[in-house]
Amino acid sequence: THSVHLYAPILLVHIASRCVISGLSSSDKRHPNRARTVTMQAQMQFQSARTVSCVRATRGRAQPKVLCRAFNSMESPFAEELKKNAAYIAQKGKGILASDESNATTGKRLQSVGVDNTEENRRDWRELLYTAPGLGQYVSGAIMFEETLYQKARDGSQFVDILLAQGIYPGIKVDTGLQVLPGGKGETTTQGLDNLADRCKAYRKQGAKFAKWRAVIKIGEAGCPSTTAILENAHGLARYAQICQENGLVPIVEPEVTLGPGDYSIDETAFWSERVYSHVMRLLNEYGVILEGILLKPNMCLPARGHAPPGLDAPVASPEEVARVTVRTMMRSIPPAVPGIHFLSGGMSEEEATLNLQALNDEAPNAPWALTFSYGRALQATTLKTWAGKESNWAAAQDILVKLAKANSEAAAGKFKGPHPVPGGGRILQALRTGGSGK
Amino acid sequence: MAADLASVAAKLAAPGKGLLASDESTGTIGKRLEKAGLPNTEDIRRAYRELYYTTPGIGHYISGVIMFKETLYQSTAAGRRFVDVLADEGVMAGIKVDEGLAPLPGGGEGETYTKGLEGLEAACREYVAAGAKFAKWRATLKVTDSLPSDLAVERNADDLARYAKICQDCGLVPVVEPEILIDGTHSQARFGDVTERVLGATVAALWRHGVALEGCLLKPQMVIPGAEAEGGKVAAEEVARHTVAALRRVVPPAVPGVMFLSGGQTEEEATINLDAINKEARVVGRCPWALSFSFGRALQASVLKLWSSDQTRVTEAQQLALSLARVNSEAALGQYSTPAGGHPSTLTGDSLRENFRGWSGQAPAGGTVPLQGGGGEEVVMAH
Repeated sequence: THSVHLYAPILLVHIASRCVISGLSSSDKRHPNRARTVTMQAQMQFQSARTVSCVRATRGRAQPKVLCRAFNSMESPFAEELKKNAAYIAQKGKGILASDESNATTGKRLQSVGVDNTEENRRDWRELLYTAPGLGQYVSGAIMFEETLYQKARDGSQFVDILLAQGIYPGIKVDTGLQVLPGGKGETTTQGLDNLADRCKAYRKQGAKFAKWRAVIKIGEAGCPSTTAILENAHGLARYAQICQENGLVPIVEPEVTLGPGDYSIDETAFWSERVYSHVMRLLNEYGVILEGILLKPNMCLPARGHAPPGLDAPVASPEEVARVTVRTMMRSIPPAVPGIHFLSGGMSEEEATLNLQALNDEAPNAPWALTFSYGRALQATTLKTWAGKESNWAAAQDILVKLAKANSEAAAGKFKGPHPVPGGGRILQALRTGGSGK
Repeated sequence: MAADLASVAAKLAAPGKGLLASDESTGTIGKRLEKAGLPNTEDIRRAYRELYYTTPGIGHYISGVIMFKETLYQSTAAGRRFVDVLADEGVMAGIKVDEGLAPLPGGGEGETYTKGLEGLEAACREYVAAGAKFAKWRATLKVTDSLPSDLAVERNADDLARYAKICQDCGLVPVVEPEILIDGTHSQARFGDVTERVLGATVAALWRHGVALEGCLLKPQMVIPGAEAEGGKVAAEEVARHTVAALRRVVPPAVPGVMFLSGGQTEEEATINLDAINKEARVVGRCPWALSFSFGRALQASVLKLWSSDQTRVTEAQQLALSLARVNSEAALGQYSTPAGGHPSTLTGDSLRENFRGWSGQAPAGGTVPLQGGGGEEVVMAH
């Protein structure tokens, strides 16, 4: 005879995930103790479960009460709509305009061109973007911050209606920013799960069709990424995605691997990226998230060298190298059911962002997912400088925005031939991105 | 090494090619031979396998043959090693390396893990020296309302990954087989859900253990209803729809090939379902892996029936073997159409399903566990 344990499914998943992660960190030679600690914790929980509820088996062996986990019977009533909307946004040759900077971050950008951070100015700036004539030929979705979702143009029409008239689906950033994890390494988790279901319902009512949540996993510094950071961020993304789908919004899943100070090769970035994505996909699977109804927003794989602020003096990898390694990483981690991979532009100049995207499509013209963009600064930096808050520059700014969108749209279709509308631009600093909303 | 593994895996999964699973253990093949009226002797087993491996032209449709350990070291009657005879035809030799199922401690009724990790590395190095290029390991999972348990899923995924890593380190491409047993009353939809869960866990485990996905192959079950499900069998289009949807959700593109097992299907069903899967994949698009076969009984049952009736009818038996391989090759390209004389199978209508292929022994009082078999004798469960 032997004991049979009554498992609470939550406890079992908890133990399973801890055992899974202990497998992770035990291969990390820098932290042998962490693996042992995690395994011991798992063992202690296992023991206490056993003493609390132990059933002795008889000759006719008793069934352990393992509860059936509902797999995709979590499938949302919005399933078909989600798949359709995700496919629309990921259509070949189009991408996403990321204009969801928080008020504080937007303020920093406006101030950099001498514009005050007022609600009116933020509204003007977004109106410039969303009313750019012809933008909808190249852009299928625009991510907004909450304030913007409810704003109107000068003529009184809702931004969401202006976008929809252009064939651009409105999206909404739903996370509420980064919070630093204990450990002194600057690792973060992302907040925003509380009341998320209610907020999703409200945003959908206002016209949003998709949402976005940014998780940041730091690599490069000793001890990064820690087990905690990976578990925490993967969980946040999976739970967020599940809630969104339950409430009719397509979740953009953004596990951004950021490069801390230090030297590491593009292959190291790729390795850590694969590790993170593998975890994220695993949890999405566990949480019953319908992959045909999500979009992925990852980083391209880039090398890094140097000291804070990261990125400025990093070696430039050729677009071919970036493409080769990035495609390999995606092929290893992302199942074909995901309709679109929309890369973020952090750490690249406007020109690099386009050239790298074109190289990705050269490398994998038959990729099972769209290889496209979700660009913020790579579409806005020069646009903002051109406008500089002056009404007389409005048309010129919109013009450059649409030209940039067109270049990236062509790159996403594998058809960009140049010249780039903003050649030789400088690297856009990483530092601005770690502020988080409200900070 | 990684590039070699990727190139071997790509060759095994080449368009229009599949695997012949002839790795039945001595016990399992013995049952089949005896049922066909033949004695289970080493020479009969040898002669039976020789039939397939010397079929002229087999290399057009078969890229690799999975063998049991005994067979890897056997030769033709004329004295040529099987491995060499196959290599001449461009067919690679593979080796079953697991040592069968055992009850899973703490698992549900009938749940198992697979033995064989201990000593695996040493064994693999021997097999490589003998000419093997790939390996196979079979895990099984059982479906009921409450199974498979987390423990069974994670344990088997982890063991499959450890096996795969050891193989790759030794220079063998691992065929990763998490077989979800068809026995049961579960619906096709439930089977699809379990497939996603099991394959998702397996893929995550592979990554965790550092297995190069480009250098391995998956061997899953097609998504069909349970053998005792209400409503019986479903149309090939349904099998295709559920199977393709499930795979697209969990198998990253880096895996070069998904080589289906045929358990429980007739020879004809296996071909038709494989063909429907490939047609569906073309319609749906974005299915980057080969969708092919690793068939055992579906390539052999009719042949055994013929040959066992008269062992001198070698040429006829080989032609039948070749036809069976050919129609499945066509199916793997989504180009199968029923030939003029019908599907080559001579067993149409008979299910190839044997008694339950999982484990259903009693908890041991001490000592070894008897596995399901004819008279309660110990049988190593395998294809």
